Amino acid sequence: MVPSFVWCLLPACGEACLLAEQAAAAGHERLDALLTALTIFVLAMWVGFEVITKVPATLHTPLTSGSNAVSGITVVGALVAVGAVASTAATTLGFLATILATVNVVGGFLVTHRMLSMFRRKE
Amino acid sequence: MDPALRIALIKLAYLVSAVLFIGTFRLLARPRTAILGNLLGALGMVLAVGATLCHPDVQRYTWAGVGVAIGGGIGAALALRVPLTAMPQMVALLNGFGGAASLLVAAAELYQAMARGHAYRAWDQPVVAAAVSGMIGAVTFWGSLVAFLKLQEWLFRRPVHYQAQHVVNAVLGAIALVLAIWLASRPDALAAYWLLVLAASVLGVLLTIPIGGADMPVVICLLNSYSGLAAAGTGFVIDNNALIISGSLVGASGIILCQIMCKAMNRSLTNVLFGVFTAQLDEGLAERVYAGKVKGASAEEVALLFESAQNVVIVPGYGLAVAQAQHALHELANVLEARGIRVTYGIHPVAGRMPGHMNVLLAEANVPYEQMKEMDEINPYFPQTDVVLVIGANDVVNPLARTDPSSPIAGMPILNVDQARTVVVVKRSLSPGFAGIPNPLFAADNTLMFFGDGKQAVLELISAVKQL
Repeated sequence: MVPSFVWCLLPACGEACLLAEQAAAAGHERLDALLTALTIFVLAMWVGFEVITKVPATLHTPLTSGSNAVSGITVVGALVAVGAVASTAATTLGFLATILATVNVVGGFLVTHRMLSMFRRKE
Repeated sequence: MDPALRIALIKLAYLVSAVLFIGTFRLLARPRTAILGNLLGALGMVLAVGATLCHPDVQRYTWAGVGVAIGGGIGAALALRVPLTAMPQMVALLNGFGGAASLLVAAAELYQAMARGHAYRAWDQPVVAAAVSGMIGAVTFWGSLVAFLKLQEWLFRRPVHYQAQHVVNAVLGAIALVLAIWLASRPDALAAYWLLVLAASVLGVLLTIPIGGADMPVVICLLNSYSGLAAAGTGFVIDNNALIISGSLVGASGIILCQIMCKAMNRSLTNVLFGVFTAQLDEGLAERVYAGKVKGASAEEVALLFESAQNVVIVPGYGLAVAQAQHALHELANVLEARGIRVTYGIHPVAGRMPGHMNVLLAEANVPYEQMKEMDEINPYFPQTDVVLVIGANDVVNPLARTDPSSPIAGMPILNVDQARTVVVVKRSLSPGFAGIPNPLFAADNTLMFFGDGKQAVLELISAVKQL
């Protein structure tokens, strides 16, 4: 169990390590903001573990498609990028990101709903 | 309204939607509350998007509107049209889109910083995070695309292996790391970002092409997790807690599913990703196992077995999805239940091409979820089972996993169907499953083989039982 867990966490650790590396260079205020963000990241991850462990195997496919929809939250960043008056490049990238993220949000929630409404009890 | 107050309110809205997302996953703990959970999630997303549109930085709405309309249209069309047998492909595609969207948003932020005229300093949080989310996003997008093509059986139908693939992957990983450090120390070097994305894209393709069909559930979960982590990374880029929280929830979900799948195959994730799973095609072994011991049965003989049974367990595998036999199977279960026979379904965690694949197929065919039993729940029940009907499953019911320590599936938890009084296996031929090994179950004294296409075979069984 331990090795598989480590492999899964690798990108998360990378994220944390790389972010921490800049700590030396950054001033106190920046360090503070970084630590706040890291705290939120770690705690949210933990809440995720606690809550999702309780999802039964029967619902693992809707869980996966539902989490697709939730990861479509990137749409929030995409909308800021496309809506801000900054650069054409940023607008274009934001526009593409908006399309992809909205496919995730709409497709994910709809298909999850479609699947979940098929799960029924015995009459 | 004062911009500072407005931003504070927007952040508050993000907090509420994060809580709603946590509620979504919480309510998925029971089939009865799951629909409400999903609706809460959608509500949270609407809230987050609505709040974002009120952000002072958002001044133009045309392109945002067009993007949402196009994406929403594609998403709705996909969601409403995709057949449930194709759910693994759908999820693979959505994983990829999530990763790509995150890497694009991270890139957009780098361009915006340049345009605003105050470029980031070396090793600033947003730049480092952009490198991370660009890398994970690209691996996720291309890996998912390859997974999609494999599942859809358009390309890479067989695992692709080549000389020194681990060396090539390690070199690519090292190149990506160097490019990430270059970008972090020179935040205005946008070329570094795109080269990083390119290297990670190639890596994503090369990491996924060697993976075989039965290992797909693990890969889907891993990519699901990465799509969440990419979103969280982008949250660090644009300093947005909604992205960080939602991304880590999804990251955690993928990791948990990954662990469950690996455990159900008794393999480590390292082994699934990098171990070359060579199917040992030993003709002689198959000959020794099966020679003269396999008993075929007709539909009438199987129907007679059912007649004297009090309880039947149906064990479905990926073959059920391929044959699209789920509706016929449920009808057979109805016919049996009408004769007073108790019918349940025993489902192995890695049956199918993604976690929970069989459950969704059976739910589509109106099988009540109380009848679907997990492996640990059903295994103690097999010794008291009169008839087990195995349809489209092979390796997950192979007793060699318990008895032969040298077998490639040694130690894998299986459904102990061989302990039942009689086993009926619906299968086209004696061809091996993914592991490439013969299955002594097919030659066991208490096993009858019912050869044929899954759906056709079940239909024949239905009419045979009705004629009793």
